[in-house]
Amino acid sequence: MASRVLRQPLGLGAARGGHPVGPGRWGLRATTALYLGGMILLPLVAIVSRGFGEGIGALQSALSSPGAVAAIRLTLITAAATAVVNAVFGTLLAYVLVRYRFPGRTLFSAIVDLPFAIPTLVTGVMLVALYGPNAPIGRALGGVGIQVAFAPLGILVAMLFVTLPFVVRTVQPVLSELDHAEEEASYSLGAGTWTTFRRIVLPALRPAITAGALLTFARALGEFGAIVVVSGNIPGTLTAPVFIFQLTSQFRFEEAAAVSTVLFTISCSLVLLTERLLRRQKEDG
Amino acid sequence: MSVGTAPLARGGSRTRLVRSALLALALGYVAFLLLLPIAGIVWGVVRGGASEVASTFSDPAVRHAFWLTGVITAITVVVAGFFGLVAAWVFTRDRFPGRQALSAVVDLPLAVSPVIVGLMAVILFGRGGWFEPFFAARGIQVIFALPSMVLVTIFICIPFVIREVAPVLEEIGTAEEEAAHTLGASSLQSFFRVTLPSIRWALLYGIALTTARALGEIGAVLIVSGALRGLTETATLYILLALEERQEASAYVVALTLAAVSVTLLLTIEFIKRKHEKERAR
Repeated sequence: MASRVLRQPLGLGAARGGHPVGPGRWGLRATTALYLGGMILLPLVAIVSRGFGEGIGALQSALSSPGAVAAIRLTLITAAATAVVNAVFGTLLAYVLVRYRFPGRTLFSAIVDLPFAIPTLVTGVMLVALYGPNAPIGRALGGVGIQVAFAPLGILVAMLFVTLPFVVRTVQPVLSELDHAEEEASYSLGAGTWTTFRRIVLPALRPAITAGALLTFARALGEFGAIVVVSGNIPGTLTAPVFIFQLTSQFRFEEAAAVSTVLFTISCSLVLLTERLLRRQKEDG
Repeated sequence: MSVGTAPLARGGSRTRLVRSALLALALGYVAFLLLLPIAGIVWGVVRGGASEVASTFSDPAVRHAFWLTGVITAITVVVAGFFGLVAAWVFTRDRFPGRQALSAVVDLPLAVSPVIVGLMAVILFGRGGWFEPFFAARGIQVIFALPSMVLVTIFICIPFVIREVAPVLEEIGTAEEEAAHTLGASSLQSFFRVTLPSIRWALLYGIALTTARALGEIGAVLIVSGALRGLTETATLYILLALEERQEASAYVVALTLAAVSVTLLLTIEFIKRKHEKERAR
């Protein structure tokens, strides 16, 4: 599910067309430009200009409030942790899916894609239903001093749930197209699974893992639906998107726009970077 | 579900041990992270019993919420589907200065937090917004009403159809379209008779992704709708408000329904698409 969205940069080969450039074509061009420009670019310009509305000084002061600093810091830390965990387990899942044949593999592959299909708010509801103070597991964990729901740990679990397929689906195609000859050679020379993986497989997968981790990070930064339920709206557990929502509901649009501008700049440059990585990989391959 | 030998066939009890350990770790991680919470909410609904499910679905607020979600999703699918098709065609069949830059814009909604999307709409259409005087003068309520909820959902769903359809358009090339032209077909005829049949699965898949995303949208809709009970309350907003009012049981029922609808939708389309691809490969 949705794998193509992640795997391939938008196809932009040489345009070929047998049709003459007529008024119809200009109409289509104009429609596309108006649709994308009006629907995407214009709102983005609006928010950035509002963020910088009263100059760079206002932006700085909006960002230096303790709430904004704490929210941005918590978001960056949890998103980074998510990216690291996802890089490790995503690579493991891709490896298992590509290299091993076991009963139920197709089903397992479908399950890995579930986070694409489950609405993120539902993810948050699920986590609270499981780890909340009224749920058996949540109570048991609370008894030993581990709080998941309404705590940073819950935010981490929510981010991990939502971004699970990202690394798997960027690594999988690269891994399945990898030439087996070098691995065979390594095994026949007596190297074990780990040595072979580290010396032969990992270097080939590195760009894909990096791309998947960057996408994970960008996605985790902006996640709202799953986190708004899990975070419980307590000052210490506010991520930047939840913080932006709170500011908006208090009609503090300038500050909200300032935090948004920072968040948007980070995730946008990450996505563009990832696309370059994937495109280069596609050209190499 | 194929049981066969691993692509790299090699024996040794140690390799087998590593294999089992890696498999167990992978399956365990997914079971813990994904399946356990899903089981948790299913159990939550089952514990409430059939009467809870029945009373939730007979609640007029729930029905209105699902209806509103349906309306927003339907409009989004039509708009994002039509314009997405046009954009995909322009990106793969046309060449003009700025095309590359324009195509980079397509992915931006994937990078923007839904909350920011909602804020953008408020800044444009809310009090003191750029477009507020225009709509206020005509008595059109945009914020805290359906128009802004539809607009933000479309924004978020723009990439799906374009990104599913464009690679397929690129792949099928223009030979058949040119043949149709040579045989005297008009542009529209060649589009509907030649191009559309080859991209219909990609289009359908893009629409399925759009639907799933629109059904589950919360961040942007929460900000622009004001979550007015019974007025601008979508299915996701109903869940959020029900949780706040400690009506967990009905929140679980609505949440599980939403998840079941979009999972079923995507799995069905994926299944049909795969079957079709296999048939074509034969």
